Parts: sequence; C-alpha cells; structure tokens
Amino acid sequence: MKKLIIALMLFATPMLSMGAASPVPLDDADVDLSDRESLQRGFKYFVNYCLSCHSAKYQRFERTANDLGLTFEDVKQNLMFTADKIGSTMDIAMTDEDANVFFGVTPPDLSLTTRSRGPDWVYTYMRSFYLDDSKPMGINNTVFPDVGMPHALWELQGWQEARFKKSENGRMKFEKFELVKAGSMTPEEYDAAMRDLVNFMTYLGDPSQMERKALGVKVILFLLVLFVLSYLLKKEYWKDIH
Amino acid sequence: MSFMNWVDERFPATKVWNEHLAEYYAPKNFNFWYFFGSLAILMLVNQILTGVWLAMSYKPDAELAFGSVEFIMRDVEWGWLIRYMHSTGASAFFIVVYLHMFRGIMYGSYRGPRELLWIIGMIIYVAMMATAFMGYLLPWGQMSFWGAQVIVNLFSAVPFIGEELGIFIRGDFVISDATLNRFFALHFLLPFVLVGLVFVHIVALHKVGSNNPDGIEIKENKDENGIPRDGIPFHPYYSVKDIVGVMGFLILFSMVLFFAPEMGGYFIEAPNFEPANPLKTPDHIAPVWYFTPYYAILRAVPSIMGSSFPGVLAMGAAIVCFFFLPWLDRSPVKSMRYKGPIQKTALGMFVIVFIILGVLGVLPSTPTLTLLAQVCTVLYFAYFLLMPWYSKIDSTKPVPERLT
Repeated sequence: MKKLIIALMLFATPMLSMGAASPVPLDDADVDLSDRESLQRGFKYFVNYCLSCHSAKYQRFERTANDLGLTFEDVKQNLMFTADKIGSTMDIAMTDEDANVFFGVTPPDLSLTTRSRGPDWVYTYMRSFYLDDSKPMGINNTVFPDVGMPHALWELQGWQEARFKKSENGRMKFEKFELVKAGSMTPEEYDAAMRDLVNFMTYLGDPSQMERKALGVKVILFLLVLFVLSYLLKKEYWKDIH
Repeated sequence: MSFMNWVDERFPATKVWNEHLAEYYAPKNFNFWYFFGSLAILMLVNQILTGVWLAMSYKPDAELAFGSVEFIMRDVEWGWLIRYMHSTGASAFFIVVYLHMFRGIMYGSYRGPRELLWIIGMIIYVAMMATAFMGYLLPWGQMSFWGAQVIVNLFSAVPFIGEELGIFIRGDFVISDATLNRFFALHFLLPFVLVGLVFVHIVALHKVGSNNPDGIEIKENKDENGIPRDGIPFHPYYSVKDIVGVMGFLILFSMVLFFAPEMGGYFIEAPNFEPANPLKTPDHIAPVWYFTPYYAILRAVPSIMGSSFPGVLAMGAAIVCFFFLPWLDRSPVKSMRYKGPIQKTALGMFVIVFIILGVLGVLPSTPTLTLLAQVCTVLYFAYFLLMPWYSKIDSTKPVPERLT
C-alpha cells in the first residue's frame, strides 16, 4: 500500500496547473462536455461571431457535426457560410494580406485557444471588454490589456464601463463592470452564452476527449482484471520460493 | 525437438534462452524497486512503436509540422491515442528511469564489479536526454521553439567555439526549418542507438549478475551444481513477477494518458498549443520537467563577465558526477540497508534537493528562489564531492552471509 501511495504521488506531483497569466482573477467557465445542447449552441455562436475573422483550420465541419450529433444537412444549411463541402476545414475566406490591411495582423486561429490559455481565460476574456476612450478603438479588456480585437459580441452584451479603485500600493485596481448600454441579452443570458461558447471551444481544442475518457474507463477496468490475474499467476509460481 | 536441434546447430537459440532467461540466476529477494528496469524497456518499445506510426503522418517542415500534429490528433484513425501514448510515454520513461537510477544508488548497484554496467546505464540516460530534447522540437509549438532556443544557446556559451558550435547544431543562424529537419532525422535515429545501448547494458548485467537489496553477491555461495543458493531462474520467476509490475504501471500510465494527457501543463506545456513564433517570446520559458533540476542549477550559477558558461559547466558537471559514483563511494558495504546514518541522511537530502531543484526549474526565477537554488546546487555537489569522505567514516551494520 505504501508503495502504491509513493507511486501515485510520483505521478501526481506535477499537478499544479499552469494557466495563462491574467492581470485579473479568472471566473470559472464550468465546462461540461457531456452537455451536448450547450456544445451545439456554442458551435452556433462560434460560427456566427468568431469564424468570420478567426479560423479553426485544424477542425473539419464533418467531424464537429458527428461529435455534436448534428446532421450534415443541418450544418450545411445553417452553419457553413464560406465552405461548401462538409469535409472542409473550418477556415476563413480572408487572406493574410487582407487581414494585415484590416487588422494589422492575422487574427489567431482558435482551434487550440482553450488549450494554450485555458477555458477560464477565454470565458473571462469574452466578458471583460469595456469602453475606454484612451484606446484607438475606444475599447479595452481587463484580461488582455490593450487588446487589438474589437468587441465582436457587443450586440449581445451591450457596452460596459470598468470601475477601478486605488489599492494600498497606489496602483489602480479593477473593481467591477457597470453596464451602460444594454445589449440584446441580459447579463445572465450573455454569461450563459459565453459558457456555451467556451464549452464548444474546449471541445474544439481536443475533439477526441469525450471518446478518450470513455475508452480510458474500459482500458483501466481491463487492466485491473489483468493485474489481479497476473498477481495470482505470480503467487502460484512463487509458492515454493522462501 | 529435432527442429530445435536443427536450429541450435546453426544458431545458439537454446543456449541464449538458457543463459539469459531460463538459467540466468537472479537473487530471490528483488523488491518493488526492481520493476523499473523491465518497465524502462517497455517504455522504450512504446516510444519506438508509437514514434514510427507518428512519423507516418508527421511532416518535419516548419510550415507544416504544427498542423500535421493536429492532423494526427483529429483526422488520423487513433492518431490521438498514438500521439498521447508517445507524449505521456516520454515523461513516463523518465520517471521510470529516475526510479531505476535511484534503486541503483540506494542498493549500491554501481559498486564493483558493476562499474561498467552503471556507466553504460548513464550513457543510456544521456542519450535519452538528447532524444527527448530533439523530440520536443518536433511539434513546433512555442515551447518547442523557445526551449530549443534556450538549450542550443547553452552550447553557444562555450568560449571561442561557441558561436560556430551553435550554428553547427542548428544548421542555421537561428532555430529554423533546417534545425527541425535534422532534429527529426536524429530523433528517429537515436532510439535505435538506445536499443543497442540497452542490449550492451543487459550483456554487462548478465556477465556480473544482478545486485540485490542486501548488496551481497549470490555467486559467492553456490551449491554442488554451481547454482547460487539464493538465486532463482529469471524465467519463469521474474518474468511472471515483472508482468504484475507492467500491469500496475499500465494502470497508472492509462490514468494519465486517458484523463490528463497534458498532466496540468507538465507533460505537454500550454504554450506548445500555439505554433512556434520566432517574433514572440513566451512570458516564461521552462524546459519539460525531466530537465528542470539541471536547468535550475544552470540558472543558479552566476555568470562571469557576461558569460553564462560557468552555469553551463555546472549543469554538465551535475550529470557527469553520476558517472563517478562507483569510485566516490568508499563504504565497505553496498546497500543502504547496512550503511550508517550519515549516508542515509546524505541520500535522503540528495533526493529532496533534486526534487526542489526540479520544482525551481519550472518557476520563474526571483531573488529568493535563486538563493534557494544556489543552496540546493551546493548541496547537490556536496553529496558527490564529499562522498569519499563521509562514506568512509560512516558506521555500518554487519552484512549477513545470505539474503534476508
């Protein structure tokens, strides 16, 4: 037993998580990949609001439809704006040259963002845009200061202002947001929508993960049986050794 | 049987089987720590098999490498499983080898007549580090790129020839497509060199015989047939026992592989999910966990006249020290079981220091942490350099005649 504990500890030592750095505390995205409806809604938001500028070029529509339980017809009709074949990757029509003219940089591919920055980061980021007159585009983000991305979902969220207060060391510390212009969604609806979006993007980061975890349970149960059998075999062979 | 006779007259099949398995006598008191040799072989085989299958879809090209890994993860049948077996396997291989080395140190398995066995093992360890380092560049993520940048720069810190050496390793003035191509070629070649070294390691082991937790030679007490009284044939006794170890290990391995393949950012680092970008340095560059103790030593040594070469030397020396263990240990007994309190404390301290350095190597350096790393570095070297003295003056317990 002691040996088992040692072995487990050796495997568990590097368990501290390493998320992306953020100047403000991150909110819990509460990801749940078994919530298929949330994933489908997230897919819809992703295609409508993200996929025009950002690509998810490593992922195919076909794979997404299969994993999320959508029919190809459904996806083709409602969610594919730039591609016509269901086997296409979720790429964008915009070329790098155009992107450079429009934004000064190609917006990053989003296939793996929840893996490089973490779901909580994306969730908090999408809810942290605020009006800031000192910036060229008039907006800023507490999670990603001086961000170049416009608030693509302002129609849903509306506009908020950030309130800061002086902390003990004299630096301005973010306190809270105040909604100054309502969007088409209530704050609760917007949070729920962003949770769906992040849920989908978490799926998108590693689309085999649901299958992986399901298979893992079977593999480990099988190995446990083999472990017991091999232990009994060993005991039988070793019964004469003292 | 006549078929085996036909074969044996042309190839010593039965002879090899007997000498190395059915009539290779191993001490009967192997414990938990003796699982890690066979597990290391298992991991080497795992890495080679999954690696060959990965290479069937991987593209060693700076433009395509990152995408080809995602292609394996998403579009190749079972690609995600093969990839995670390989990435988890790399870390598991190091865990197993570190425990295997610790076993050797704890029971004095490096002592005569096993000096060469130990040195061959250390060469395997260094070859493994080179293989792992080159393999980590292949996904062409941010940490692949910047980690390789940091490590190749270590070679560039060598006085006089450093700059040329760096260019020789990279094949370019910066880490580039040329570097990726040659690292892929070498990452494919080195595992087969490892197989050869493991073969030599086992040949050396079977020449001198296995040590054991008591650190006494079973060959010194043989029966009338010349068989060690405390020995049992490797096959079937240890072959069936190792299967139990393999199953137990695979359960732990599967827990990581299927449920936490990134291992919280330690087996696959988060920045590596962004494609390599030579223009954007990550906030914090940390090598993969199995290199971090040495990386902490590197950072702990202050640079002299703007050159980080002293740190590089210390880092190299930290690895080289292990090679000399057979001659540093002057204790009259081999196993920690019969060594005195000084050596037990020294080994315990060394393990703690090694782990602390490993943790420090992942963290960004601050003045306090650097001081801690410096203290640990001194203790690390003290363990080796003072060993001839403290292993000699330490008390010992009487060693039994036969295995306990």
